[in-house]
Amino acid sequence: MSKQLDSTDKKPPALLVDDLTVAYNSKPAIWDIDLNVPEGVLMAIVGPNGAGKSTFIKAVLNLIPRAAGTALFYGQAYEQARSLVGYVPQRGSVDWDFPTSVLDVVTMGLYGKLGWFRRPGRQERELALHALDQVSMADFANRQISQLSGGQQQRTFLARALVQDAQIYFMDEPFAAVDAVTERAIVNILRELRERGKTVLVVHHDLQTVKDYFDWVTLLNVEVIASGPTEATFTSENLRKTYGGRVAFLDGGAPVNMAGD
Amino acid sequence: MSVDDRRVWLLIAAIAVLGAVFIPISQIWLDIEYDYTLRTVVLGSSILGIISGVLGCFAVLRRESLMGDALSHAALPGVGIAFLLAGRELGALLIGAGISSWLGVMFIRSLLSTTRIKQDTAMGITLAAWFAAGIALLAYIQAVPDASQAGLDTFIFGQAAAIVESDVRLIAAVSTVVFIVIIVFWKEFKLVTFDPEFAGANGFRVTFFNTLLSTLIVIAIVLGLQLAGVILMVGLLIAPGIAARQWTQKLDQMVILSAMFGAFAGGIGAALSAIDADVPTGPMIIVVAFLIVTISILFAPGRGLAWTFLQQSQDRRRFAALTTLRDLYKYATSHGGATHPVPASFMAGIGGASVDVGLAQLQRQGYIERDGAAWVLTATGAEAAARDVHNQRLWDLYRAYGDELGLPTVNEDRQRAIGDVLTVPAVTKLETLLKGQTS
Repeated sequence: MSKQLDSTDKKPPALLVDDLTVAYNSKPAIWDIDLNVPEGVLMAIVGPNGAGKSTFIKAVLNLIPRAAGTALFYGQAYEQARSLVGYVPQRGSVDWDFPTSVLDVVTMGLYGKLGWFRRPGRQERELALHALDQVSMADFANRQISQLSGGQQQRTFLARALVQDAQIYFMDEPFAAVDAVTERAIVNILRELRERGKTVLVVHHDLQTVKDYFDWVTLLNVEVIASGPTEATFTSENLRKTYGGRVAFLDGGAPVNMAGD
Repeated sequence: MSVDDRRVWLLIAAIAVLGAVFIPISQIWLDIEYDYTLRTVVLGSSILGIISGVLGCFAVLRRESLMGDALSHAALPGVGIAFLLAGRELGALLIGAGISSWLGVMFIRSLLSTTRIKQDTAMGITLAAWFAAGIALLAYIQAVPDASQAGLDTFIFGQAAAIVESDVRLIAAVSTVVFIVIIVFWKEFKLVTFDPEFAGANGFRVTFFNTLLSTLIVIAIVLGLQLAGVILMVGLLIAPGIAARQWTQKLDQMVILSAMFGAFAGGIGAALSAIDADVPTGPMIIVVAFLIVTISILFAPGRGLAWTFLQQSQDRRRFAALTTLRDLYKYATSHGGATHPVPASFMAGIGGASVDVGLAQLQRQGYIERDGAAWVLTATGAEAAARDVHNQRLWDLYRAYGDELGLPTVNEDRQRAIGDVLTVPAVTKLETLLKGQTS
């Protein structure tokens, strides 16, 4: 895929990953990932447990050391493209008993832009409140984060990413253990982001909803099995290659030739 | 300023007053004489308490309390080596302690990043190894016939009486630098402590800030060694933070409160240890600090045990009354009307202690009256029960149709009157909907 770098016809893809490999104890967690994600898509990353989905995101964002490979955001290395990138970590990765408020957590999304020595002020507060409003959490702004339900925690994290006003978002299992209302709210936000031309990559577990929610999909199991538009890529054959043959969803009518949303 | 904020500031003021009042009281009752030496010691100890309290908050929140313990033990060999090289010179001893302790952290960090050894194990083995080396060195030094080494073992348990004016100056100067660093990097420290992954993805140099914070904690520990000693230093580091956490939900308040607690424990502990020259300062300070922790865990509003207990017994009474009222109302209305008598035997049949509690509570409120072998709802009782039913219906409608009606998203607190949570026009919308459904 590195050849695409040489093409001069149009602007670079939102994300271009080349040869990306991460190894733990000399066993690759992800192996030789090549990926080309065009701008403005809503992409699901699906694959079985241990397939390296979170590892992939963390490696792309330079959070863990890579054994090999590169990732370019809109043609730039991560160091240059940092302000273009938004990240929603897994909800369970932080201590929700930390002494802070919802508004404060959302404001953290702006710390990177503030730079050294500067503190968040009125303008940052307004932006954070606006982001909370977008996820229907405005009434919770001053609430202590330990009092939030799982869905509210997820929406708080989402608001923190929204306030970053990034071009490309990486979300690690935002739909994990949230109720139907929160799921709907998150989907609406994702679609709104796409309408505004943003690119969103989501680690996703629910195969039933892939076709409804996402227009692009990457099937991952250590290696990239397939990647592309959902309709063409999310086929029973590719799912079989990703998950193996004995998977329940293959019995009840394989998700082939269905219309997208 | 919210009620919670005011409470925290009141508490901070109260501690300051308590600290000030302690001086005359201790002069009268404990015969403590605040001469120049003791004043110096108390001042130095208070400053050390402040810096430990401030940095201890981060240690507690980062779940690195054990790290603090390993760090302080790891300082001991540095004290010995520095003494062999430079003699009994406080600056040199502290630098030695700092380097040794810092090497300890880096050893732990590298064990964690390069091997599969878990954090507690890495800390345990480092603590033991460094401390053992320190004890061996100190024993060796003491065997050397030279009067000046006397007192090195105060680093094990702490001896504040050794603090002189120049030491206080040094402590104050270093503390000032540490505070400036914390203020300058406040938001970075906060972010890296709360969510290091997100910080990393936002381009913050997480390793750098982690190391910087660990270094500051090492500095606090090293400064406090004279006071609390290597064994007990961890107590002075984390106790104020633990106590402060009970009283507030905001990081900045927690840090300020923790500084106050630290100053209080340091100052008063040092003063108390002046009662007798044989009382080591470290244990005295830790006892005071632990008292603060105990009081905080017991009595802090919101988190304290006493508060929780009170809340629970209040809740029990309240919910017993509410559920019993519902049972009575349901029986009465299905047998003819709200004021229809409900046989006491029926209520007893429901069973459970909560029915008795509920009945007693309702009788006290004037909601029910005893009528022979039956309970009868009074007019106010019937009204309250009807209001509750109505309130629940409105909440049901809010959940089912709130979005369609364009009502704001609020926490569904069904035990509260919906009018307390939603605005009047919002409730009116629900009332209209309810009327349309029932007619």
